[in-house]
Amino acid sequence: MNEMTIHRESLATVDFEKVKKRQRMGSFFKGILFLLPSIVLFSVFLFYPMVRTIYLSFFLTDNSGVPTVFVGLDNFTNIFSSPIFQQSLQSTILFVLYTVPGAILISLFLAVIANEKLRGIGIFRTMFSSTMGISVAAASVFWMFLFHPTMGWLNQLLQVVGLDGIGWLTDPKWALLSVSISTVWMNIGFTFLILLGGLQSIDSYLYESADIDGAGYFYKLRRITIPMLSPTLFFVVTVTLINAFQTFGQIDMLTRGGPQNETNLIVYSIYQEAFMNYQYGTASAQAIILFLIILVITIVQFKLGERKVHYQ
Amino acid sequence: MKQVELMDVSKAYEKQQYVLDEINLSIEEGEFFVLVGPSGSGKSTLLRMIAGLEDITDGTLKINDKVVNHLPPKDRNLSMVFQNYALYPHLTVEQNILFGLNAKKVNKKEQQKRLKETAEMMGLRNYLKRKPKQLSGGQRQRVALARSVVSESPLCLMDEPLSNLDAKLRAHMRIEIRRLQKRLGLTMVYVTHDQVEAMTMGDRIMVLDNGKIQQVGEPITLYNEPANLFVASFIGSPKMNMGNAAIIDQKLVIEGVLKIPVDPADVATLTKNNGLTVGIRAEHIFQGTSENTTHELEVINVEQLGNETLLTFEIGKELWTAKWLGQWRVDVGDKVPVHISTKNISFFDTESGQLMKPASIINEQEVVAI
Ligand SMILES: Nc1ncnc2c1ncn2[C@@H]1O[C@H](COP(=O)(O)OP(=O)(O)OP(=O)(O)O)[C@@H](O)[C@H]1O
Ligand SMILES: [Mg+2]
Repeated sequence: MNEMTIHRESLATVDFEKVKKRQRMGSFFKGILFLLPSIVLFSVFLFYPMVRTIYLSFFLTDNSGVPTVFVGLDNFTNIFSSPIFQQSLQSTILFVLYTVPGAILISLFLAVIANEKLRGIGIFRTMFSSTMGISVAAASVFWMFLFHPTMGWLNQLLQVVGLDGIGWLTDPKWALLSVSISTVWMNIGFTFLILLGGLQSIDSYLYESADIDGAGYFYKLRRITIPMLSPTLFFVVTVTLINAFQTFGQIDMLTRGGPQNETNLIVYSIYQEAFMNYQYGTASAQAIILFLIILVITIVQFKLGERKVHYQ
Repeated sequence: MKQVELMDVSKAYEKQQYVLDEINLSIEEGEFFVLVGPSGSGKSTLLRMIAGLEDITDGTLKINDKVVNHLPPKDRNLSMVFQNYALYPHLTVEQNILFGLNAKKVNKKEQQKRLKETAEMMGLRNYLKRKPKQLSGGQRQRVALARSVVSESPLCLMDEPLSNLDAKLRAHMRIEIRRLQKRLGLTMVYVTHDQVEAMTMGDRIMVLDNGKIQQVGEPITLYNEPANLFVASFIGSPKMNMGNAAIIDQKLVIEGVLKIPVDPADVATLTKNNGLTVGIRAEHIFQGTSENTTHELEVINVEQLGNETLLTFEIGKELWTAKWLGQWRVDVGDKVPVHISTKNISFFDTESGQLMKPASIINEQEVVAI
């Protein structure tokens, strides 16, 4: 009896709002605590450099990177009137157009055939995904040998069929294509693996049901496989697109931006501007332009993709 | 004509033990054939083998008198409702239903006509534009049914197509499926683990347990003359009352408690085996009148079903149920007079479980000819 009254009293005096607020604050602090490591890391290695880059893009710098003269938007106007940058922009866009559809179509094809349940299919799956485990540097060396004007297998092959050798990496007409081919090869491993994973998560009942309905191979591919794979495809397209815009390693190894700046992709051009010419201001401005391009393309992609992609 | 014929068909997954063992079966054209059995007995496997989704380990499968062991599903001209529906999640209900017709390039006008009919029948008209994940379990099941019905294939395989519907809708769909099957003259192979569904829908029933056929026959035959203890306990609701028995002094003694006089003529056959199990249907434990009461039993549970009353008694360590027509005001603990006769009792060999002698009186008493 006594306890009952006490209990009731305390119920009346408790301020629910206050307690709730305290609980919310508590969980907020706990959340921040958990996030702290990432926040610190991101701040040091991402947010600070980004802000710094934006800051630098409005200045001219001396060759140790210290801003000297404030020039406002001059860096940007200079870049856009520079034929070298325009060339670089054009090369980058061409490079993206070659490598993204190339890598995805080839990996999709490989993933579809590697998804069949056949004896020894594991060997092929391992083979197709193996380039994922090869570093850009190693892959570039490998392709350098293939592309070698006299000793390279590609030219030897051409000679066997009676054609003239091609200056794969030295001919301005071919250089960008050659680099693209090697890039596609390097990207296949990753894209293949992701797409194969996507294919395997499609419920086999759907195919059985379609079999009974009398659907042919290509009908199933078009009506079931591709739509069910669309979220994975979307992911892969986004990632490879961003990767393609940021390509650096193989350019540095294979062509160093040459011949005649044909393969001077934006990231390589930034690198040259900053660390060869010590123009940190212009380099920063280019970096910001690249960032905006990727941002816009990704946003557009998400807007378009939303309607086409089927999520489970 | 025989639509489906299985000859010594066996199935083993990955060289392990047999999931189905030497199944011999033929299903006539236009027949409603029900496959029933407990979970894991191999019903789905058998159906999938007929559909061509599962390899046949041993034996021959014929459809329309042609061996089809090697044919892919699409050349067998059949439709199927999957146990887990297998709806295409990215397509709307309409696209799901028309998927097969599109694949077979049926013309658009015909497609729309069939779609309309089927959607009407399945009560899906308002859901045609929805995706499967926006439907309830029962609605999805109806889409799966519609997809099979719309194809109008002569052979239709259904794997528990009504398991997710509520009682009322289930009763309705049972009739719809049955009517449709009769109207289109479909041959139906229908899997269920619900014995009521099996009894009410099937022209013939096959009871499967552990990959072996227990009995094939008409529902009434299975009910009246179950071939073994498994079928006896599986078919019928409430299930058949069972008990160990022995013949002592010309009397049948059940569970050491109930003593019932036996016809001396039967004693010889019944004492041949050492183990004897008896079974009696709930409706054959009658309420005793002043002349014919054989036993007084204590009621330990009463279930009022409205039109009938279920009374439970304790017979030794077994629980027996009696089903009496009408509403009986009986309380737990009451002793009620009952009439039990050997004429209603089926006798089984305990060891093999095989039927020795079916109940003899059923035919005289209950079959009403019209
Ligand atoms: N792919 C498989 N690999 C190995 N064993 C399997 C496979 N599919 C089914 N089985 C086994 O085969 C047996 C029969 O399975 P099946 O699916 O035919 O049962 P069912 O009668 O349809 O049961 P339920 O009423 O639960 O659907 C089960 O013991 C199951 O474990
Ligand atoms: Mg099953």
